[in-house]
Amino acid sequence: MARMKFLCDADRCIECNACVTACKNEHEVPWGINRRRVVTINDGKPGERSISMACMHCTDAPCAAVCPVSCFYTTADAIVLHDKDLCIGCGYCFFACPFGAPQYPRVGNFGGRGKMDKCTYCAGGPQEDNSRVEYTQYGANRIAEGKLPLCAEMCSTKALLAGDGDMIATIYRERVSKRGYGSGAWGWRTAYRMTVGG
Amino acid sequence: MRALRYLLLALALGITVPALAQQGTPRGVVSAEELEAAALRQGGIIAGRHTIPDAAQANLIQPEGKAWRDFHNVTLAWVGGIAVLGMLGVLIMFYMMRGKVMVHGGMSGRTITRFNLLERANHWMVAGSFIVLGLTGLNLTFGRHILLPVVGPYTFTAISEWGKIAHNYLSFPFTLGIVVMLLLWAKDNIPGRLDIEWFKKGGGLVGKGHPDSKRFNAGQKMIFWITVLGGAAVAVSGYLLIFPFMGTDVSDMQLAHIIHALVSVLMIAAILGHIYIGSVGMQGAFDAMGSGQVDVNWAKEHHNLWTAEQLAKRPASGAPGAQAKPAE
Repeated sequence: MARMKFLCDADRCIECNACVTACKNEHEVPWGINRRRVVTINDGKPGERSISMACMHCTDAPCAAVCPVSCFYTTADAIVLHDKDLCIGCGYCFFACPFGAPQYPRVGNFGGRGKMDKCTYCAGGPQEDNSRVEYTQYGANRIAEGKLPLCAEMCSTKALLAGDGDMIATIYRERVSKRGYGSGAWGWRTAYRMTVGG
Repeated sequence: MRALRYLLLALALGITVPALAQQGTPRGVVSAEELEAAALRQGGIIAGRHTIPDAAQANLIQPEGKAWRDFHNVTLAWVGGIAVLGMLGVLIMFYMMRGKVMVHGGMSGRTITRFNLLERANHWMVAGSFIVLGLTGLNLTFGRHILLPVVGPYTFTAISEWGKIAHNYLSFPFTLGIVVMLLLWAKDNIPGRLDIEWFKKGGGLVGKGHPDSKRFNAGQKMIFWITVLGGAAVAVSGYLLIFPFMGTDVSDMQLAHIIHALVSVLMIAAILGHIYIGSVGMQGAFDAMGSGQVDVNWAKEHHNLWTAEQLAKRPASGAPGAQAKPAE
């Protein structure tokens, strides 16, 4: 089994936000929920980089560690998913997540959070693969169809890579050695306690 | 040529061009590894600009969530576990050693009013909401280790979800009650000289005999201030959490949660002691908050100065052996 990861090559990302749009469209993500986003650091300054960020499907995931109802599980491909029928919307996973991935629909009074929503790596949820109820709760299940996440699949500059961690790290290292520079694999130190030579 | 232009511009504007701009690639050098390592060491956040309305999404990587995770999973579990179970253990041991504190002179059958209806209603509003708040709060930290394996995931989620709703809504009567308590009882809970004597003699529970006491003794004053000040701390930190991202960012909410959780478990431990003395620990004590009428002998032993004051104003009601009636 593969160990699925995302890698954003910030030296290629042109901040077109197509990954964000593709994600919202593919999963019919409701208003106000952002499973993926593009953040630009050092905007307008030397060292400006745009990075597309979503759930990184961490090793020893912090969200799963702090969840008071233990609603998270990890698939055989090391994708971190959660069961919305168990989630109580407490917000703890957002406090623990280093990437701001968990999102909550506003429901009810005060800042009442609904059931958490986050990037599923296009792998749906615990419901039957590609069933109607799975789609409504979690969005499309491309992994069950043998496809990779749509955000990376349709990235115009191939900045965003998805796939087996070793494979995409190798692709990135080849790029860096060929062009002579690279800012590294964003979030990998935090998510996987490893780095990919920049 | 380009470098020279930058330099002239920098000199003209009186600013320094970051060293980054003058070396490496034309786009400047940025290292994800170094930024992340630095953020991890210094507890910082790598943030930038984005084009969606949710301001919280500007944080790219925020490794400090690790510290909060360690607090929630390790520190809080230990502090809370030791505080709550430790207090229960101490109380059970204390009961076995000391037994129930009896009224030495026996019950007289005559009563005086200790707490009026408003005071009692307010006390039970705070007490009732505190018990639910405490249990639902403890459930968020300990439930998945204790309750989840017993009742199964779906029942546990139902309990926790209703618990969350109860926790949010009961915060309002709790907070209101704390404010009313402050207004009703603050004047009788100002620490004084008698309190030092009371502590020296070990109070009525630990020591022998009964030190002089006005309406509230030093132990009760401690419970009062723990409730009012602790209650204020959990209320403020709790409301910051009920309204996420309203004037706070994720670091503020992590801090609010840490304060909320620590103060809460310590308050639960203190209130367990309070419940013990008010119920099985002391004869005649429950009546003060039950019917509001306490036995005169109990009052004389535990609050001699206050009792003398009250009896001077109004004699005790009920003849020896007669049914206690409200003083009014």
